[in-house]
Amino acid sequence: MPLSQEEIRGLERKAWDIRKSIIEITFTCGGSHLGGSLSQTDVLVALYYKYLNIDPARPDWEDRDRFILSKGHGGVGWAAVLGDKGYFDKALLKNFNKTGSPFGMHLDSLKVKGCDASTGSLGHGLAIATGLAIGAKLQEKTFRSYCMMGDGELCEGSVWEAAILAGHHKLDNLTAFVDRNKLMIDGPTEQITTLEPLADKFKAFGWETLNIDGHDFAAIGGAIEQAWTVKDKPTVIICNTVKGKCVELMENQPQWHYGGLNSDLRDQALACIDSHYKTILG
Amino acid sequence: MAEGMSWSVTDGDKLTQAEIYGEVLSQLGDRYPDIVAITADLATSTKIGRFGKQYPKRFINVGIAENSMFGLAAGLALAGLRPVVSTFAVFTALRSAEQVRTDICYQNLNVKIISTHAGISFGQAGSTHHCTEDLAVMRSFPNMTVIAPADGIETGNAVAAAMEINGPVYIRIGRGFEPPVYKEQNYGFAIGKAITMRDGKDITLIACGVGVLQAMRAAEVLDKQGLSARVINMHTIKPIDRDIILKAVQETRRIVTIEDHSIIGGLGTAVGEVIVESGKACGFKKLGVPDCFSIVGYPEDLYHHYKFDADGIVETVGELMRREIEEDEDWEDEA
Repeated sequence: MPLSQEEIRGLERKAWDIRKSIIEITFTCGGSHLGGSLSQTDVLVALYYKYLNIDPARPDWEDRDRFILSKGHGGVGWAAVLGDKGYFDKALLKNFNKTGSPFGMHLDSLKVKGCDASTGSLGHGLAIATGLAIGAKLQEKTFRSYCMMGDGELCEGSVWEAAILAGHHKLDNLTAFVDRNKLMIDGPTEQITTLEPLADKFKAFGWETLNIDGHDFAAIGGAIEQAWTVKDKPTVIICNTVKGKCVELMENQPQWHYGGLNSDLRDQALACIDSHYKTILG
Repeated sequence: MAEGMSWSVTDGDKLTQAEIYGEVLSQLGDRYPDIVAITADLATSTKIGRFGKQYPKRFINVGIAENSMFGLAAGLALAGLRPVVSTFAVFTALRSAEQVRTDICYQNLNVKIISTHAGISFGQAGSTHHCTEDLAVMRSFPNMTVIAPADGIETGNAVAAAMEINGPVYIRIGRGFEPPVYKEQNYGFAIGKAITMRDGKDITLIACGVGVLQAMRAAEVLDKQGLSARVINMHTIKPIDRDIILKAVQETRRIVTIEDHSIIGGLGTAVGEVIVESGKACGFKKLGVPDCFSIVGYPEDLYHHYKFDADGIVETVGELMRREIEEDEDWEDEA
């Protein structure tokens, strides 16, 4: 069912909070992967506040949907969501990156409740998500496996090994997202190693492909629901996004893949985010 | 099947390590309905395919794609299953080392890895298919248990025992055409507890895998020469049985390690660490593959060439016996 205008406004308000948290945590922790955390935010918000079948009070509930952040460097953004969902006291996030903290920039599944798998080394997540999806089918469980990849990590061969496997096993309980912000650390993906035609590549591997604006909640919701109806193949939703989304000085700037913020930059970034959401929410 | 045993094979002493592994895993299928067997186009070579024949729904062949195979295993374990993965040691320990470390060990997942063709046991295939580094790599991963069974019977015991551990286990076997060390399975195998195969007071031979057979043969020759050699089967490389090593240092003062693995980082290094940390005087020599890529050949020829067959062990023992070891009369005071 399409999201109502009220639901979309609720998700936008949540994304506003999460983006501000990303900036605040980064200011406190000294440095984080800002660009990719800001680009992935809307998909994560849609999943965690609307679509995932989860219960933060029971993080180990065996029938919960699983979410694997294959682009593990988006950990600061993911932690902001998990803390807000109540998997842990979000005040703990002031310790992000601090010595001895449970929160490093790539989340550790043994230390962070709600983190379904430790990730950070790129190209690993889709195989893990494939294992979860096959595991669900073997046990006749109905949970779904979701995986978000960065576009840069699609250079990794192991992604395509997993893509062959998921296609072969007709994993219609697996939904992958590509955070297609078109930038990797050293520059534009298409300048470094061409990924396009990306949808055709997945199609050739036996996947259903959807191509959306990864900042449009109506489109994100529609695609997630459409993937539920696909039979006998996995679905990849290519989410066209903007690296650094909502913070003008960071948008589409590869140097903001990772960075720290002084108080001036923090204030500037927060003002930018507030202004964006005040405009769209009125 | 003997009482309390979860597996049994007929003519176990005539089967290779991999054959017994394949058979035992199949027998464990009912006891552990959560086992899912996985391989990367080596169902036949590693014998994991036997499980697949018996339980086709619980068997996944990923094709030639080891990296995603270990990620897949992590995902299956996260879904509550008990994945058992088999490929050649070189692909586990080198190609997919990072997936094994990060996806499996970092999350302390219940994945059992049985790797075949370890060491230079696939001698004719050359270094692309040898693996003289796996013990070094695998024992450096936190949470990992590392086992190198001496023969087929011990492989069966190791596989069955691994199922009782909730966490990652790495078991490495060779091609295993050598004569067996054990005739039957009830000899008290326990992970982390080495076995004294033969007592002795002049020198201790600590071996794993095919090295155990070579050490036993060497001990017989040494016996005829009037030397009493203790033989220890250190089947578990991690956690290593420190006590049995320290006892050997104290009682024999000379130790030789024997393994089908590089002398860098494997059993010999693990034993050496214990000896050095003890602060006690001990003559020590590591036998295995020296720091080189092995020549090609039949395994028995290679073991001889690199001097970790019985002949080589006897030669090394002779050299070590001629060395004077400075030891204190009082073990407690010695440092």
